[in-house]
Amino acid sequence: MIDKRVASMTEAVAGVKPGDAVMIGGFGSSGIPFELIEALRLHGADDLTIISNNAGVAEEGIAALLRDRLVSKVVCSYPRSQGSIWFERLFEEDAIELELIPQGTFAERMRAAGAGLGGFFTPTGFGTKMADGKETREIDGHGYVLEYPLRAEFALVKAHKGDRWGNLGYNSAGRNFNPVMAMAADITVAEVEHIVELGELDPEAVATPGVFVDRVVAQEGILK
Amino acid sequence: MNSLTPPQMAERLAQDIPDATYVNLGIGMPVMVANYVPEGREVIYHSENGILGVGPTPAPGTEDPDLINAAKQYVTLIKGGCYFDTADSFAMMRGGHLDIAVLGGFQVSRTGDLANWATNNEKYPPAVGGAMDLSVGAKAVYVLMRHTTKDGEPKILDTCTYPLTGTGVVKRIYTDLAVIEVIDEGLRVVELFEGNSFEDVQAVTGTRLLPPS
Repeated sequence: MIDKRVASMTEAVAGVKPGDAVMIGGFGSSGIPFELIEALRLHGADDLTIISNNAGVAEEGIAALLRDRLVSKVVCSYPRSQGSIWFERLFEEDAIELELIPQGTFAERMRAAGAGLGGFFTPTGFGTKMADGKETREIDGHGYVLEYPLRAEFALVKAHKGDRWGNLGYNSAGRNFNPVMAMAADITVAEVEHIVELGELDPEAVATPGVFVDRVVAQEGILK
Repeated sequence: MNSLTPPQMAERLAQDIPDATYVNLGIGMPVMVANYVPEGREVIYHSENGILGVGPTPAPGTEDPDLINAAKQYVTLIKGGCYFDTADSFAMMRGGHLDIAVLGGFQVSRTGDLANWATNNEKYPPAVGGAMDLSVGAKAVYVLMRHTTKDGEPKILDTCTYPLTGTGVVKRIYTDLAVIEVIDEGLRVVELFEGNSFEDVQAVTGTRLLPPS
């Protein structure tokens, strides 16, 4: 019997330790596991490395983790957005480390980790400051930069529907980074709007097969 | 000088997007281009967060909270559009599958270098997003930006002073004053917006321009 469902958000983030790297799915406000992030904040592990495309806005989501000084490093492609006050404040205070990665390289590094690859050569960033200190190679007359896989202890993802095997389906553009992050972590936790019976998800619409998922938790409405 | 508004700039650029093309729209002014597909053309707009077929802004009350563009604004999906994850989205970008990328810019050089992700101010956080992937992967890069900074400093220069996004990648620059193309000989003005003389535009440009042919 496989049953990856857990009963609460608190249980869903159990085991995150100080110093862990945690991937958080989403792009802007779309496809973000807001309830898991809030549970992580209450869980209280600090010195976290947060791996996510953006660094949160206002007091929401990742911004609340930054505000509570639980994060020592952010790995992302676009930390500065309208309202990203907490990231900007910590950055100015030199209280947070930033690893900035071009978005496609960022996604591919996680995909590489999930796919068991040792790295890949990308043309992105070749000849720019982004390639400083990195190995480069000419392939078929074009310059490429060697990039390594990016892994984490935990991935927190958000889906529309999930079943007890961990199969996930998303809502429109809420998919974004969630599938690649689900592949790249030791423990992947999915926050879903609805838990459905096995067989209810159209097999063609399962965008993240359950093999990549360890825990599934239904939204509790704690932020509403 | 006669300066176009951002929506007018987006509308002007949209006129130059041919029928049957796949076009990525970047954060900032470029996302506005989706509102101005000329009549009779089928253009498929790509958004880096995993959308092909981005449609216009939804009517109030009909927004899908997950359906946003690169600038995090609500959008719609046109008939035939689809969704995919970020890794596939960037495979389309890097892999040469998109015809045009419309990007914002801090600076563009005489040779088509683009700088749009970082300044030289260490306290101002850099943000790169998908700009570098598009620079290397799209078949053509069009830059949509104001001709000068808010302080009136030129943004079109001999050499970019900010860190580069890509080298020699820009094909066309659409500003509030003119349309400029990057050719082997340098930067040629192809259109001056009504009321602007070549000399006026040259005066606010940090490199020598070639007059319209």
